[in-house]
Order: sequence, then C-alpha cells, then structure tokens
Amino acid sequence: METEKLTELKTGPANGAPEPLEPLIYELGAPGRVGVSLPKTDVPEAELPADLLRADLDLPEVSELDVVRHFVRLSQLNHSIDTGFYPLGSCTMKYNPKLNEDMARLPGFALAHPLQDPTATQGALALMYTLQQWLAEISGMKAVSLQPAAGAQGEFAGILMIRAYHLANGEGHRTKIIVPDSAHGTNPATTAMAGLQVVEIPSDENGDVDLDKLHEVCGDDVAGMMITVPNTLGVFETHIKDIVDAIHGCGGLMYMDGANMNAMLGVAKPADLGFDVMHYNLHKTFSTPHGGGGPGSGPVAAGEKLAPFLPGPVVTVLEEGDDENPPLYGFTMPEQSIGRLKAFWGNFGMMVRAFAYIATYGAQGLRSVTDHAVLNANYIRARLKGVYPMPFDRMCGHEFVCEGHWKDIEGVHALDISKRLMDYGIHPPTNYFPLIVPEALLIEPTETESKEACDRFVEAMLKIAEEARTNPELLHEAPHVTPVGRVDDVLAAKQLVLCCRPIPEHGA
Amino acid sequence: MSYIPHTDADRAAMLEAIGVGSLDELFDRVPAALRFPKLNLPDGLSEMEVAAELRGLASANVHAGDYAIFLGAGAYNHFVPSVINHMLLRGEFYTAYTPYQPELSQGTLQAIFEYQSMMCALTGMEVANASHYDGATSLAEAATLARAVHRGKRTKIILSPGIHPQYRAVARTYHQGNELKFVGDKGSATIPDLIDMLDDDTAMLVVSYPNFFGQIDDLSGLATAVHQAGALLCMVVDPIALGLFKSPGELGADIVVGEGQPLGIPLSFGGPYLGFFATRKKYVRQIAGRIVGETLDKHGRRAYVMTLRPREQDIRREKATSNICTNQGLMALAACIYLSLMGKHGLRRVAELCYHKAHYAAAQIDALDGYSVDMTKPFFKEFVVTCPRPVAELNDYLLEHWGIVGGYDLSQDYPNRANQMLVAVTETNTKDEIDTLVEALRDHEAHAGHEHTH
Repeated sequence: METEKLTELKTGPANGAPEPLEPLIYELGAPGRVGVSLPKTDVPEAELPADLLRADLDLPEVSELDVVRHFVRLSQLNHSIDTGFYPLGSCTMKYNPKLNEDMARLPGFALAHPLQDPTATQGALALMYTLQQWLAEISGMKAVSLQPAAGAQGEFAGILMIRAYHLANGEGHRTKIIVPDSAHGTNPATTAMAGLQVVEIPSDENGDVDLDKLHEVCGDDVAGMMITVPNTLGVFETHIKDIVDAIHGCGGLMYMDGANMNAMLGVAKPADLGFDVMHYNLHKTFSTPHGGGGPGSGPVAAGEKLAPFLPGPVVTVLEEGDDENPPLYGFTMPEQSIGRLKAFWGNFGMMVRAFAYIATYGAQGLRSVTDHAVLNANYIRARLKGVYPMPFDRMCGHEFVCEGHWKDIEGVHALDISKRLMDYGIHPPTNYFPLIVPEALLIEPTETESKEACDRFVEAMLKIAEEARTNPELLHEAPHVTPVGRVDDVLAAKQLVLCCRPIPEHGA
Repeated sequence: MSYIPHTDADRAAMLEAIGVGSLDELFDRVPAALRFPKLNLPDGLSEMEVAAELRGLASANVHAGDYAIFLGAGAYNHFVPSVINHMLLRGEFYTAYTPYQPELSQGTLQAIFEYQSMMCALTGMEVANASHYDGATSLAEAATLARAVHRGKRTKIILSPGIHPQYRAVARTYHQGNELKFVGDKGSATIPDLIDMLDDDTAMLVVSYPNFFGQIDDLSGLATAVHQAGALLCMVVDPIALGLFKSPGELGADIVVGEGQPLGIPLSFGGPYLGFFATRKKYVRQIAGRIVGETLDKHGRRAYVMTLRPREQDIRREKATSNICTNQGLMALAACIYLSLMGKHGLRRVAELCYHKAHYAAAQIDALDGYSVDMTKPFFKEFVVTCPRPVAELNDYLLEHWGIVGGYDLSQDYPNRANQMLVAVTETNTKDEIDTLVEALRDHEAHAGHEHTH
C-alpha cells in the first residue's frame, strides 16, 4: 500500500491527471480510527430501541492529527484579509480585530443558553440594548431590531415592514417596489420574496437615478423604493432629496440598503436624508468577520412610521435603573411586528464583535473610519484615472467602478485582469457588478489598508494594463501562481458532483 | 484606539494626489445641511478598556461553564472538541469572503463540499446545500421549495405541533406575502391526525424527528401517505439523534432540515448557528443557497467551485429561488470538523451517551413524589416532566439554591401544558449533576409541600 502510494506520488495517478491539492477527508484515515475521546457511561445503560436504529453511518474515520493537518492545509489554499489585500467592492473587507474574536468567546457569552430566564442573562441583554441604541444613533432612526441574520434578511424584514404598514393603513393595493438598475441582486430578489413587484428604473449618464423616469412610475400603487447610499457605482446620489420627496409624495416609503455604510459613518444619517427603514451589515461596516461566506448579521433600523413593525423580539428596558441598580432588560415584541425571522435573538456572537468595534472607535473614530475609507478609494481612483476607463469622473464614496477593458485591445476582459491580479497576491475586485457598467471592476480598499498597500495595488494594476498591451497571453492564461489554475465551472454544472459519497439505497 | 494606519504625511500625499485640500472636501456631494451630524456615542477606548467592559457584561450572565444545565429546546450544551476552535481561528478561514474566486478559495470550497457530503450521509439525502441561517429559516426555505415544486398550485403546508414553536413562527413570517397557508399545529394533532389533513392542495407535510418534546413518533406509513397525496415530506431533525436513529432518507423524507448547532457550535446565546438543508437530487435546481460542486482546473486537477449559480439572487435577481446571499460558512466548517473528529463511531457514541443519561434522569425524576415523566413513546435526549408547581417557580429555586439551569417551561408556547418542563440531558451532564437535579426537585417539593401545610 505504502509503496503504491510512493509510486503514485512520483508518477501521478494512472490517468496522468495531476494529484489533488489535498485529499478529501473521506480519502484519509482507516477503518476503526476515531478523532475524539469520549467518557465511559456513568449511569446504568438503558435498552436501545432496536427497530428504530440505523445500521450504518457513513462518516470519515480519522485521527485528531489527521483532522488538524487536513484543515490547516485546506486553510492554506485560501486568500484572506489576514494574508493579503482584498479590495472586493461592496463587501468591505476590512481588518477583523483579534480582540473581538476573544470577546465573543468569553464563557459568559459563548456558553450562555438563549432560553435562560432573562434575569440570568442581563449582561447579554444590556449589550444588545446598547448596540440597538448605538445603531439607532448612527442611522438617526427611532428603533433597531437585531434579529436579521444577514443583510439579505435585513432587507427582507424592511420590505415586509413596508408591506405590513400599507396593509395596516388599508392600502394593500400598494404592491410596487422601485429599484434602480444599479441595485444589488438581493433587492429585487427580496421584493419578490415579500410578494411585491419590482419596478426597475435606469441610471443616468452620471450614475444617478434618472429622475424623469422615477417620476413616471410614481403613483398610488407604489409601496416604496430601495436604494443604496452611496449607490453601487460608488457615488452619492446628487438628487437624493428629490428622490425621497418623489417617493414620499406618492405615499411610498424609502428603504436604504446599508451595504455601503462604511462611506456614511458620521457623514450623514440615513433618517436625516429621509429614509424610513434600512439595514446594516455588521460584517461589512462593523468588522465582524466574513467567515468564508457567513455568519453575518443584518440589523434593521426604522423611523417613527415603521418602528412598530420591526421584527422581534427586541430588547427593551422593563424597569429603569438608578444609582444603585442597573436597569432590568427584557425581550418584547414590537406592537405590530412582522414576526420572528429566526429562532432565538439573532446572531449574538456577531453583536458582541460589533459592540467591541464601536466601543473601540467611539463617535470620532467612526467618522475617521469613513474619512479614510473614502480617502483610500479616491486615492486609488485618482491614480488609476487615465489608465483604466472610468464611466463616472467624479468623487467617489468608499468604492469606485472602472472598466476592465480597452477599446484598442481586443479580447482582454475584466475577468482576465481579475485573474492576473491573483498572481500579484491580490484578491480581484468585484467584477461584472454593477451590471450596468460594461466589464465592471468595483474596487473597495477599506480604511485599514495603508498607503503602501494602496500603492502596491495601483502598481499591480498599472503593470497589468501594460501587460494587456505587450503580452495579453499572460492575462488570458492567468492565474499562474495560485494553488489551482482557472477552474471549469461549466463542467461542474454539467456533471453535478455535489457529494463524494455513494447515494444510500433505501426502500421508501 | 484605532485600526487605521495612516500618518499625517500619508494623508497629505493622498489628498494631494486626489486634488483636494482636506478630508471634509471628499464629501461635497452630501447635502450641506445634513453633512457631518454629531454622533451621540461614547468616546473610543483602548483595547484594555474595551476588554474590561465586555468582561463585565459577560460576567453578568449565567452560563454552562459554571452551572449544570438541563435546558435545551433547540439549543444544546454538547461537547465541543478543542480542535474546532483552533481551526476556526485560522485567519485564512474566518477572514476570507464567500468563495466567488475559486482559484483563491479552494480551502473553503473543499470544506463545504465535504460538509455537503457528510450532511448527505447523516440525513440519507442526495444533495445538501452550503447552509442557511439556522434551523428555523431552513424550514422556511423548505416551504419555498415545496411551493416551487408545485409551481404555486398547492397552497397548504401541514405542520406538526411537535415542531419547535419558533420554527413554525419563522415559516409564517417568511411566507406572509404569498398564498401559502400553514395548518395543523394549533392543537395537539398526532401523526395520524396530520395524515387525515392531506389533500390535493397540500404541498408539504412537516414533522419533527425527534419532536420538540424529545420523542420519536411512529412515522411508519407516513411517507407513503404523503406521497400518495402528491405532497412532499419534510423532516426537522436533531443531527445528534441521527447518529443513532434511522436516517430520514430511510423513512422516506424528501427534504431534511434542522439546526446544526449541536455539531460543535457553542450556545452563544442563540447564534450564530447553522441551518442545514438536504433533499433529493431531482429538486436541486429549485433549492436556495450556495452549492459547491466538484470539477477540474485547466490542468485537469480536481478542484471545487460554487455551482448552479443561475439560481442565485446576484444573477437571477427577482427570479431567484431566494434572496439568500450569506450562508453560515464558518459554522458549516465547524460542523464539518466536528463530524470528521467524531466520525462513524464517535457520533454514535455521543448519541448513546445522551440516550442513556436522559433515560436515567427520566426514571429518577419519574420516581419522585409529585413528578411524572411521559415515557409512553421512545425518546432521545429530552423528555417532558409534569411538575407539581409552575416551572418558572421551580427554575428560580434550582438556579438560586442549587446552581442548576432547569428545563424549558412549555406553558410559554403550549397553554395546555401548564407545569410541564422540557428537560434536556446531553453527554456533558454527569451522573452527579443528574442526581443533584433529582435531589433538588425532591427537596423543593418537600419544602414547598411543608410550607403549604402550614
């Protein structure tokens, strides 16, 4: 067996294909091996109900060290913020402070059961209450619910709230949600999930909402409008007040997608701009880690009109405190709540991290976060100007969009530039979004990157622009130094291998 | 304290490159009257000060590290091997984004593929997605799938009252804007009662296995009846129970959902948890959430990539199967590592320990004067105790005098279950803890009974 393996290593598998980077966990270990030690039974054993038991369980049989090495090796195949620059537009890949990880793991948080009597978990409730207050203050809104598990769920909550508000006012005929064509895909998907209709309106040549087109669709069938500020093109809507007035004028409500709040902290409060409801992404603006695709947290904030409809429960003060005693906190359901969005109270572990983040920065610090996020984005924009086509030549927020192609170079696309950036140790920007910009590259450096890091990115981008002219093959064949070469996603969809185990055979 | 690296010289050079004189000028587009509002927040703190404040808040919570805990009801104090936290704290995992760029994300992608494979093995299903937010939202998404499978032509979802009350609430929240009706769970319907509700308008019937009261209902004949009515059978399951009991696939389920928290994820006051979702391969194009598939790179090397992407919101927009974007990636990784460590034999062992300890505890409590345990059906790690007094009163006493977190007060969700406590016993509860709980319950009754005679 061992000899066979050695031979295989030297020569590769029989079919000549290269070795996988790392075996599947199921390909490791040996029958009978276990990766944990468990205690002996300290109580008399009960009889197991034989006719209800399963015959076999097809899980790996590996040692603890097998597991550790396997997952450490897998981790090394990833790009991450901790290993390199990650200018992924609309994702806010800022540094995730280590302190916050430790805080979320304190036994008093990590080992507290969600259904204990609230009098026994006042520390957790105090944290949640304070975070609700802070998020309300940052947005200028009246109240906040921490229930939503992610931004998409926060959006869903907001749109259900708008729907419920109109129903409560006997205006169930308001079924249309206006969404700009630059919007995140979650906006139209959310609207459909809530049972409402999407009305898409175009952007004008400056990247702003086309006001004439907006006025055309305003009517008494409008439930509301969803808009991202600054928008996904990275620009602050020139006519934000006109947009808000148009929607409010026809009886609709304004939803703000808070994905881009990193450009807004202490710069403008969404409620002041006229928004009725919004969501935050704690995993973007407030540095909770993205975790390779979650968990996130998407608190929803609402003004006067929509606060009674917030998802719940939320934390409220049941008895005011005094000099001697802290207040007594409890869970309550907002009066006309749309209901629960998940079991228990939201992604509490993410709330601890966001609390630590806001406590660290304070009011002035948060403003400074936005200042430097916008500074970095505009600096990179200024330095790439003239080399990469830019659809909108104006000051950006915390991100900006350029085009990854040139009129005089055939066959080079945003995808090629993205893949080539990997060879320079940089994660590509978001590409092909927003959909309305051809060959879009959406670049968001975040405030935690130094000038040197921004400069290295700029140098790499300039070099790639040069390579596109002198040696386009380098781009087409990229990436060259990543663990795997370009991956065949068409084959994946065609063969649909989604599970590495044989399908169990059973009668029913 | 701040994580912003810029020096004065950096700022000056960068502003000059941009062609503005100050940071404030970067925000000229914001209406002047609304620009730079005051934020009424505390001043920033140093790392030491933040840590002290959070330690203070954490210390104000009762938790399973210091107390014996018999509370479950959807969140459980199971053993978490040390390896998991060490792997989760690798920056390469937790500071990575969704693996949209497969060349830079093979670690995350392969781990999700392995997770999907293990969830298929555990549930007896053919495909599993990369996860939902939690067990409750997985159930809501199962209803979305049932609606899609029947193209909106069937409008009824039958829910067993033995499904977690919060899961049923979430399913209703999710579907308040469409035609689906959720029925069956308002009274105390049994499995045969639920079967009687099947008709040609039924899209899906959902049962919990074990049910919310810890019992394994007799599900023989259920799948046949559901399928004869042309409906789908969905099962909400406890993944630890599946280490011991027949898989839902074997029982004829079409969709299997549940809460993955027991698989190596800490209680964390209710989240982040892990909603798992598995089904038959024929439905794979209609399910929500991310899915990872195996493929090759351009050198012919085995590699992984997110697949069936055209179902998703960023491509399909309003025609997407769901608006879901984020999954619970890191939590799925935790479950993947947990199931790797436990493996074929360890998970069975954990399940057996839960079973034996729960049965020991149930028998001891049932023998107490004034208390009775419903043992009419097989049960796994939870059981219902009918108590002589209100559960809230007992729990106060247990916590205050014995350092025990008591069970769940069922009267909160089921008005006909006054004085009923749902007790959870896992492999982490020692015989000493169980004996102390029994003694405490006896003591309280002796004490309270005594007081009542005066």
